[in-house]
Amino acid sequence: MMKGSNLPFNGTTEQEAQLRQKLNELRSKDGALMPAMQFAQELYGYLPYEVQLIISEELGVSLSDVYGVATFYSQFSLYPKGKYRIGICLGTACYVKGSQDIYDRLQQLLGIKSGECTADRLFSLDATRCVGCCGMSPVMTVNDDVYGRIKPDDVEGILAKYRERG
Amino acid sequence: MDIKQLEQIKDTTFKNVGNRFTHAQLDGMNFDRQVLVCCSTGCSSESSQKIRERLAKLVEEKGLKRVHVGGTGCFGLCAAGPVVVVYPDGTFYSHVKPEDADEIVESHLVNNVEVQRLLYVDADGKTKPINEIESYCKQMRHALRNCGVIDPENIDEYIAREGYFALYKALTQMTRDEVVDVVTESGLRGRGGAGFLTGRKWKFTKDATGDKKYVCCNADEGDPGAFMDRSVLEGDPHCVVEAMAIAAYAVGADQGYVYVRAEYPIAVERLQKAIDQARAYGLLGNNIFGTDFCFDLEIRLGAGAFVCGEETALMTSIEGHRGEPRPRPPFPAQKGLFGKPTLLNNVETYANVAQIVLHGAESYNTIGTERSKGTKVFALGGKINNTGLVEIPMGTSLKEIIYDIGGGIPNGKAFKAAQTGGPSGGCIPASLQDIPIDYESLSAIGSMMGSGGLIVLDEDNCMVDIAKFYLQFTVDESCGKCTPCRIGTRRLYEMLCKVTEGKATLEDLDKMEELCYYIKDNSLCGLGQSAPNPVLSTLKYFREEYLAHVVEHRCPAGVCKSLLKYVIDAEKCKGCTLCARNCPANAISGTVKQPHQIDADKCLKCGICASKCRFGAISKM
Repeated sequence: MMKGSNLPFNGTTEQEAQLRQKLNELRSKDGALMPAMQFAQELYGYLPYEVQLIISEELGVSLSDVYGVATFYSQFSLYPKGKYRIGICLGTACYVKGSQDIYDRLQQLLGIKSGECTADRLFSLDATRCVGCCGMSPVMTVNDDVYGRIKPDDVEGILAKYRERG
Repeated sequence: MDIKQLEQIKDTTFKNVGNRFTHAQLDGMNFDRQVLVCCSTGCSSESSQKIRERLAKLVEEKGLKRVHVGGTGCFGLCAAGPVVVVYPDGTFYSHVKPEDADEIVESHLVNNVEVQRLLYVDADGKTKPINEIESYCKQMRHALRNCGVIDPENIDEYIAREGYFALYKALTQMTRDEVVDVVTESGLRGRGGAGFLTGRKWKFTKDATGDKKYVCCNADEGDPGAFMDRSVLEGDPHCVVEAMAIAAYAVGADQGYVYVRAEYPIAVERLQKAIDQARAYGLLGNNIFGTDFCFDLEIRLGAGAFVCGEETALMTSIEGHRGEPRPRPPFPAQKGLFGKPTLLNNVETYANVAQIVLHGAESYNTIGTERSKGTKVFALGGKINNTGLVEIPMGTSLKEIIYDIGGGIPNGKAFKAAQTGGPSGGCIPASLQDIPIDYESLSAIGSMMGSGGLIVLDEDNCMVDIAKFYLQFTVDESCGKCTPCRIGTRRLYEMLCKVTEGKATLEDLDKMEELCYYIKDNSLCGLGQSAPNPVLSTLKYFREEYLAHVVEHRCPAGVCKSLLKYVIDAEKCKGCTLCARNCPANAISGTVKQPHQIDADKCLKCGICASKCRFGAISKM
């Protein structure tokens, strides 16, 4: 049995049509599987069983190969992401400046681990590798917002800001 | 595109941008002043795009027709970001905010008075033009020659810097052998880490037989703390496009792939723009410069797997599979991507090629040491004042990088070690800070050049913890194909955990060492073969720190939580209850206005109490 999200799949027919069209374009390309999965992930936000099945059918790649690729690369997710995607950098530069403490605080406050999403689908948490702005370390990101030089005590206030927005 | 058109673009564009390349006011320029805003990832994440837009808008509103506002790639001094530089004055503004744009325009551009409060203050407390800042004086910008100088999204500015002239020279005036020879003679070695002679790689691929060949660029920069390749792609994407075209001509390929991390959106976008612009100019595509040479380039995005930086894994990934490495031989030069002869070089390696082809091998092999030629880009990070991107001639000492270029360690702390080569490299202790940075010296002391990540550690960092950090990384990133790496790194990680928890014995240390050599000797690819390096190098240079954990159950740097204890100083404690109210584990007890106590069994060692205490009564021991 494929490991995946227990939250229901709610993809639309428009999304499926878009995906099938893209897969049609990619079919003749060498090594089309990854670009196809990247497109699908962008479209749905994650790669549930239903989407992997479409990719497998359209590209003529076995479902186990699709699943194998999906679980190999950290960018592909079998779980949905929250409205606010929190990333905490555990790259070396951030780590030596205490990002583990910030990550611990986030897990404690949200009650979820890396890769998971809160039940209200508001926040998801990912411990990331270096995001590349080591000059601002330690760094935390919420969607496209970047918070640099933060301390564990700043976390609660940052989360509150997004909770308020709903 | 022919050479006349190329010359014409160069001359026309030079009038727009010429003032940036010298610090003197040139005659016949279209602009008297160039205002350049760093738009690379670091500065962009602190709103540098907004600064650029605001500056451009104000300059237009004020009718300053002789002022040009442009965006560039990384200037290098990321710690000072967002950075704005005004040429030809060379004024270096640091930590600029969007609202500062008004003052820069009004004061500097209209009234010719520099905005003092925004000027970068050098180590000696003085403000000075960019070319005199100490951090830059010992650097030599070769691979980064266009970063911070040209607009990476404008091919004309690249052409103004002799861009695509090397491609023209190779295609029209050089045989394929001559191109390979000049790269070989330059002494350029692979900048991805292993340091294989680039020219030799090119020759192997050229000599391989096949109906189809590929050239690839490895931009899957996965080392935590490394951002050299990203900066090159963001600041000067055309130099990679041009070099790949030259390489394709030399080896006989007609298709190229750049495999780049999806985590680098700005780099991907600029590279795609560069490819589109080069295509529009006929510098990619069929019959380039009217010759029968045809070449096109495609970007393939990685998906977050460190092992894909290994060359065979990278190619497996481009083919659309799990990025697992393959045994070598056959080497990629014989049987690479899709089973065809393939040339694979790293971004920084390519970044040096066009200048070598254009100006000859001597322009490069006169820089550096006997066996390590040229320059190397490093991403300085960790406990260092001038976090950022630096490029130094090979042979520069670690000490010069850390103190003269990096500006030393913040907060008066002591320099303890430098980590090079990421999870594959090792730690260089402060006692070896005089060693020259080159391939041979670094591997002789158990580290490696690596791709260029250079993380500085100070007295507050625990070396066992650092080794554990890297091992956790390799455990996560091991692809799982071969057992010594998959299982071995996990066991090694568990042993390190035992050390940091104070549960290890001296015998465990010996076992760890034995396991390290076993993993090194038996793993299939570079990831496994180098994974034990952080452990081996710290065991070698910081054994006393391991011993403190094992024998005395003590973490000298105060990092390893299991060996830590938080205590309240009864003399200093005023009994305000703040710590008790904030403790997530309810581990603190005590009555109002009486000294409190921490229950060591309940304590999570999160440190919240110490950060909340207003009387400095809580300390860790």
